[in-house]
Amino acid sequence: MDWLLKDWFSHYNYWIAIFLMMIGFYTVISRGNMVKQIVGLNIFQTSVFILYISLGNVAGGSAPIVREGITLFSNPLPHVLILTAIVVGVATSALGLALIVRIKEAYGTIEEDEIREVDRMRESVEIHIEDALQDKTLHEDTPR
Amino acid sequence: MIMDNLIALLVIIPLLAAPLCLLLPARWSWLLTTAVSWLVFGLTILMLYQVDSQGILSYHLGGWEPPWGIEYRVDALNALVALIVAGIGAVVIPYARLSVRAEVAADNSAGFYAAYLLALTGLLGITLTGDVFNLFVFLEISSLSSYILISQHRERRALVAAYQYLVMGTIGATFLLIGIGLLYGMTGTLNMADLAERLQEVEQTRTVYTGFAFIVVGASIKLALFPLHWWMPNAYTYAPSVVSAFLAATATKVAVYVLLRFLFTVFGVEFSFRSEFFQSALIFLSVAAVLVGSALAIVQINVKRLLAYSSVAQIGYMILGLALLNLLGLTAATLHLFNHALMKGALFLALGCIALRMGATEISQLRGMGKRMPITMAAFVIGGLSLIGVPGTAGFISKWYLALAAFERGWWPLILVIVVGSLLAVVYIWRVVEVAYFQESEDQSRCEAPLSMLIPTAVLALANIYFGLDTRLPLYLADSAAQLLLGSAP
Repeated sequence: MDWLLKDWFSHYNYWIAIFLMMIGFYTVISRGNMVKQIVGLNIFQTSVFILYISLGNVAGGSAPIVREGITLFSNPLPHVLILTAIVVGVATSALGLALIVRIKEAYGTIEEDEIREVDRMRESVEIHIEDALQDKTLHEDTPR
Repeated sequence: MIMDNLIALLVIIPLLAAPLCLLLPARWSWLLTTAVSWLVFGLTILMLYQVDSQGILSYHLGGWEPPWGIEYRVDALNALVALIVAGIGAVVIPYARLSVRAEVAADNSAGFYAAYLLALTGLLGITLTGDVFNLFVFLEISSLSSYILISQHRERRALVAAYQYLVMGTIGATFLLIGIGLLYGMTGTLNMADLAERLQEVEQTRTVYTGFAFIVVGASIKLALFPLHWWMPNAYTYAPSVVSAFLAATATKVAVYVLLRFLFTVFGVEFSFRSEFFQSALIFLSVAAVLVGSALAIVQINVKRLLAYSSVAQIGYMILGLALLNLLGLTAATLHLFNHALMKGALFLALGCIALRMGATEISQLRGMGKRMPITMAAFVIGGLSLIGVPGTAGFISKWYLALAAFERGWWPLILVIVVGSLLAVVYIWRVVEVAYFQESEDQSRCEAPLSMLIPTAVLALANIYFGLDTRLPLYLADSAAQLLLGSAP
């Protein structure tokens, strides 16, 4: 039991990060609904934030503030890096959601397979029209 | 003053100009973007001269010493990639005015140019920076703005293509972020040169291997290495013509640069290619990219999509050169970065002219175009010949070096792959040429594109011939870049 606790659960923060990562990744891959995909993407990114923040933690260290009596403190740099990555993540989600709004306006749906269906329908209609036009011109060309 | 801060200015000027674009009256935005693009191109050439005379340039942002502060570090490889990005940007932007007016909703044009400037900022930033986290941030700046650029086409499918690219691109960038985090956890540094040194002490740990894997996969998604390429055909097909040309010529090149930088500078050749499996995997994937990409290009109906699949194949050549791991191979890879930017730029710009006149880029629309738009089609043919690798064009030079590199290794089947890939390129380019020159259209009237679009197209097409005959500049840069990467530089 001891080795299990020591080797596996002492790094539980990484397990949480990996767990969240896989949930997010799986959601992005498996869902056809675009909003759900963005949610998955968010969870995926958040797991990386947690990974970074727990990397910066120093066992027994306090928050990185300048004050008397504090000698051991966590590394603040990963936190700062992740602040930037959070901003990037927010921008990505905002842009993704904005695109989804436009897609909904243009297609009337945000399900990937339905959008594919709409596109395919239009394509086949266009091909039919083109064929019909060509047939017509062919008939006109042939001398009666 | 300017010379001292040259490297930082390359990033800061387009960054500051982007919000200005939105603030100024809409008709000024194109003018401002043009001025900025040309200014940046001029500064890049200045930087190139500096690199040539002084060797590696190092710029400390805010005066903070590396490895604590962010360092911009420029050697022959960065300078070459920056030249590609700035050069293509400068050529493409005069073309953009009419093309954007035709393809992008009028009230969006200021935003379009702002996003273009941000993309330029991001791409230049990636190439110049010597800090891995800074690289991630610039990667996201360029990616976010390219999603916006792609979505700007009036056609609604552009939205879905941009969305798919956003999902894929974010996964790729996040993978890169995970890898960078793991490396930081092991070494406590983000500066590339410092990382390279400190990684040697800890390189045998599983964390570093995991970080390596995440970074390679993340960069491979970004550069659309087969089989992670599926976002690219849609993105390039439905984007506005200018954006297709700009991104095809620069964004994937910059991603290849990121991979080169990580594999050779940060991790080092010995670490990256210690296991033969990795090398053979890269060779296998690049061969698959060449063959599958070219074969898929043959069956496409839309010419833009055809060119996108051909890009998948061309990226295969670059990675093949990288994976051969000899001086000639790396020279071929970096040379192909340059030459492929020229040929794909010319081809996509020529298609943009056709899209302007015909409203679509289906192969059937090209009937009789050889007579109706002779100059545009001539540019397309030159770009196509360069893509095939006909002697006398730029494409031949890089393929020649690639074949030499495979020959030096004694890997004959790879030479066969290069030849087969070129033959497949003949087939798909011929399909377009056949329709354009040998099929008659009902409408015989000439409808050549306006001069402001014709000149940039012609410039890039002629550059294909020029750099096919006079190879000194790209070859010199590619050769010194390859020497730097392999660590045999003076």
